[in-house]
Amino acid sequence: MEAETLSKQRAHPELLNCLWEYQNQHGYIRDEDIEQCSRRFGVSRIELEGVISFYHFFHRRPTGQFTIYLNNSIVSEFKGFQRVREAFERETGSRFGEIDPSGVFSLFETSCIGLSDHEPAALINFHPFTNLNTLKVRQIIASLKQGVPVEELCDEVEDNIRYIPPGKRAVFFREYFPGNAITKLAGMNPEEVIEEINRSKLSGRGGAFFPTGLKWGLCRQQTARPKYIVCNADEGEPGTFKDRVLMNSMPGLALEGMAIAGYAVGASEGVFYLRAEYRWMKDKLEKEIQRLYRMGLLGKNAAGIEGFDFDIRLQLGAGSYVVGEETAMLNSMEGKRGEARVKQYYPIERGFLGKPTVVNNVETLCAAARIIELGADHFLSTGTAASPGTKLISVSGDCHLPGVYEIEYGMKVEELLKLCQADEPYYIQVSGPSGECISMADKERAISKDDLSCGGALMVFSKQRNILQILLNFANFFKEESCGICTPCRAGNFILQRKLEKVKLGLAQNSDFEDIRQWGRIMQTASRCGLGKTASNTLIKALDTFPEFFEVQSGNGLTRKFDLTKATEEYEKFKS
Amino acid sequence: MKSSKAKPKKKQPAKAKSEVTIKIDGKEIKAKEGQNLVQVARENDIFIPSLCYYEHIDPPLGTCRVCMCEVNGKPAPACMQKVKDNMEVRVNTPEMEDTRKAIVEMMFAEGNHFCPACEKSGNCDLQHMGYEMGVSISRFPHLFKDRLIDFQPKRMIIEHNRCVKCHRCVEEVRTKDGKRVFSLCNRGNETVVGIDYEQEAKLTREEALAAMKLCPTGAILVRGQSMARPFGDRPFDKKSVQKEEAAKKSVVESTVKEATGKKVIATISLAGCFGCHMSMLDIDLGLIDLLEVVEFNKSPINDIKKFTRQCDIGLIEGGCCNSENVETLREFRKKCDILVAVGECSIWGGLPAMRNMIPLEECLEEAYLNSITTVPGEHIVPYHEDLPKILDKVYACNEIVKIDYFIPGCPPSPEHIWKAVKNLLWGEHYSILYSEFKYD
Ligand SMILES: Cc1cc2nc3c(=O)[nH]c(=O)nc-3n(C[C@H](O)[C@H](O)[C@H](O)COP(=O)(O)O)c2cc1C
Ligand code: SF4
Ligand code: SF4
Ligand code: SF4
Ligand code: FES
Repeated sequence: MEAETLSKQRAHPELLNCLWEYQNQHGYIRDEDIEQCSRRFGVSRIELEGVISFYHFFHRRPTGQFTIYLNNSIVSEFKGFQRVREAFERETGSRFGEIDPSGVFSLFETSCIGLSDHEPAALINFHPFTNLNTLKVRQIIASLKQGVPVEELCDEVEDNIRYIPPGKRAVFFREYFPGNAITKLAGMNPEEVIEEINRSKLSGRGGAFFPTGLKWGLCRQQTARPKYIVCNADEGEPGTFKDRVLMNSMPGLALEGMAIAGYAVGASEGVFYLRAEYRWMKDKLEKEIQRLYRMGLLGKNAAGIEGFDFDIRLQLGAGSYVVGEETAMLNSMEGKRGEARVKQYYPIERGFLGKPTVVNNVETLCAAARIIELGADHFLSTGTAASPGTKLISVSGDCHLPGVYEIEYGMKVEELLKLCQADEPYYIQVSGPSGECISMADKERAISKDDLSCGGALMVFSKQRNILQILLNFANFFKEESCGICTPCRAGNFILQRKLEKVKLGLAQNSDFEDIRQWGRIMQTASRCGLGKTASNTLIKALDTFPEFFEVQSGNGLTRKFDLTKATEEYEKFKS
Repeated sequence: MKSSKAKPKKKQPAKAKSEVTIKIDGKEIKAKEGQNLVQVARENDIFIPSLCYYEHIDPPLGTCRVCMCEVNGKPAPACMQKVKDNMEVRVNTPEMEDTRKAIVEMMFAEGNHFCPACEKSGNCDLQHMGYEMGVSISRFPHLFKDRLIDFQPKRMIIEHNRCVKCHRCVEEVRTKDGKRVFSLCNRGNETVVGIDYEQEAKLTREEALAAMKLCPTGAILVRGQSMARPFGDRPFDKKSVQKEEAAKKSVVESTVKEATGKKVIATISLAGCFGCHMSMLDIDLGLIDLLEVVEFNKSPINDIKKFTRQCDIGLIEGGCCNSENVETLREFRKKCDILVAVGECSIWGGLPAMRNMIPLEECLEEAYLNSITTVPGEHIVPYHEDLPKILDKVYACNEIVKIDYFIPGCPPSPEHIWKAVKNLLWGEHYSILYSEFKYD
């Protein structure tokens, strides 16, 4: 299938899977594979190189029998990342970013893998290993060397569901009976489904809070066919793992949500885009899809509704944060670099393959399924009037009970901090690096759409933590994960990261902090997509929220601390 | 060179597009509904900066973001706007001007642009945008990322130091069978434009030349092709898109005030080529007038080697490449009330900073040990306690001491230098014409 889509580049929806096959088969993508692919898809080699080099789980150089991806997110950093990293190097005899001489182990760092409640964590051949420490690393590597299969060694990932609203008020974390939601469709026409979602005031849970009913309604009005439903399971925002828990504990719910969305907008195909970091859940999800087919809930005349055909397939990502942005995801699904598209059309107008497409987050689709199952009234009876419903929050960092909290909208920050038993909370990151940071002065604020909006992550850091280390970790993250297509984000994140390095060296002056604000604002106004628009938010907010911290950091004004000895160190090598 | 399988244009419905009225910076303009805003502005003699925008690429690339304007009260890239009735656009607000300028500065900070050594100089859209927006120095630190110059293609040379990732070549340059010759590779700050050697070899010379022309910078070069037009005649040499007449009227004629006692000037060339000093001397007879109101202290102009007194103003040419430069610069900071960085080298490193992308050890070995004229075993890298020590990279002066003012240019024109100095010493007003602001 080849389709002419928005850009003049042709779409190749099978390309990503094809590259995965080569990657899995040989541990990397060889020149001859590229040659083959280039003939199969009729594209030049450089176009393939462009796609391959965009995703960090694709390699162009051989990797070992075991690839180890160690998470370098900030929570991991604070929980012993450095020691674990050294342990991996010591035990494997290999170095990060290189292949070891025996070709057995390859070590890589990677951005958040959605296991912030189990840090430090790593993926070995995409199987999860959690709560790592030096001893555990030694045992794992020793066992691997002895030939114990990875599948047997890896950890069972605990869901850590820590809290649900009292009474029978829970929306998500209540018993799940496959089919209970979809079968409700039989008694409703598509307009009624959309009306029910509208009435519930459900808004998107992927971060942008766009009203879900409105999105579906607008897509329903589109005349182009076919239409697509995409479930965004790319959960890449560091510190967020609520979607992981939903998929792991009730894999069918989001699938039902997709079918419901399909019924509402008139789509016949659904794509479940799963981030590669969650490959360990792929079998489970595929089995669940098969089960729904067997139950007659998917496929032709799905859920027994005459004329409603709905298929779901799973698409595996390949390692990129920005692909979570919906238009970047569509590009990725079309076998292209995961660059955000220009905002000429909304996905509901021209999305996947240029056709109307609804992209929804996992949690959104689960909520929609529950609303149809339980009725909008149940949803409306929780939370607050302006912000009804419950919200899943992934809590991690310096607290005794990291995990997922299903809170009712309106809960105060303080209460959540108490529930998770936070240790002297001082710096709190809401909605991940692209969100904002707050201090305890905000403890009275309510988590809701109209007060403190939260995409789904709360990272708690105690007074002992170095704020600069947090900010630098975020800056490195954005520098790496920017798709690179627009100037303010590609260059801006790089420049801000350098600036923070300067602050770290103690060389910053007050004017440097003013620069950060102004430059950050330019990135906010001029970037193409949400990544660049939000990347400087936390940094700017931190300057306002923790002024006392930055006063200590700033130098004394006029004198530059230029270190002549250091600058001539390299030359001294020539002294004979 | 366009896509060979140029599809027939989508048939527009027969009805003609309706005429709409929009406002740009308060001026009412009639246009056809759905026309591109940058295009409409151009047709009406209004300059909206743009780099990646290329008339017939639809949808527009939207990559460079130098076209940011206020559209109906919100900042947005102009090239992405189709005009609608009653659209209100503000191009020249201080905020938008600053945003656009910052983005151009980012490109200079992110790439490695050494215009005096660039084949495209004078024909370069990026350079042109820099001039039009009055970019004198980049507010951002130069990142000096090591980038390749790719000599492997058959017809082309790809100078990665100059690419701004505008995507034009990616979209437009294709072989006859429709295959792409370029693609962006990697992501984030590692993003580069990669070229397919096999496909490139299929291009005709004309197609390759068209690619060179299409590139808004000097990143795509064709072997053996130099710019035919001499200096002064190149597209962006003398003509500004801004109205120069208006600027001329605002020029205040130079009137040297009656000086109360002579002011004292010191100058020095650090890691520079003496070009800026030559430029200072280039006011010819003006120098004699100048000497009536100023006197020179430490300076190569009079060969005074040591400061004999505190000076009013110090002019620094060149950045710092060795320990002696650093000491001299620090002494200047102490002895001069006002310190001015003159020329690109002192502002950000300039040509000497071309070595900043290469480790020092490699540089010295290349220069002293591996060059064709060295005899193995007989030559060493000079090192002696009496010799200045070479720094790990070339530093801009303001990385070492506080610099009060910057006079950009390579070299800045003599008028520019002295107008600026007179302004600093006696508060004399001055303005600089576009043509005086062109340095190459
Ligand atoms: C940089 C970036 C990353 C994003 N990552 C995700 C993600 O991992 N998961 C997600 O559901 N939405 C993500 N989004 C939001 C999506 O673009 C989109 O708004 C969302 O999938 C829509 O679904 P919703 O309406 O159900 O929230 C991201 C947005 C941006 C700008
Ligand atoms: S803002 Fe960043 S991630 Fe988004 S399009 Fe621009 S470069 Fe890509
Ligand atoms: S491409 Fe060449 S002329 Fe243009 S800005 Fe860069 S160095 Fe200067
Ligand atoms: S090589 Fe030239 S045309 Fe291609 S992306 Fe770079 S600057 Fe643009
Ligand atoms: S000209 Fe508008 S983004 Fe480049």
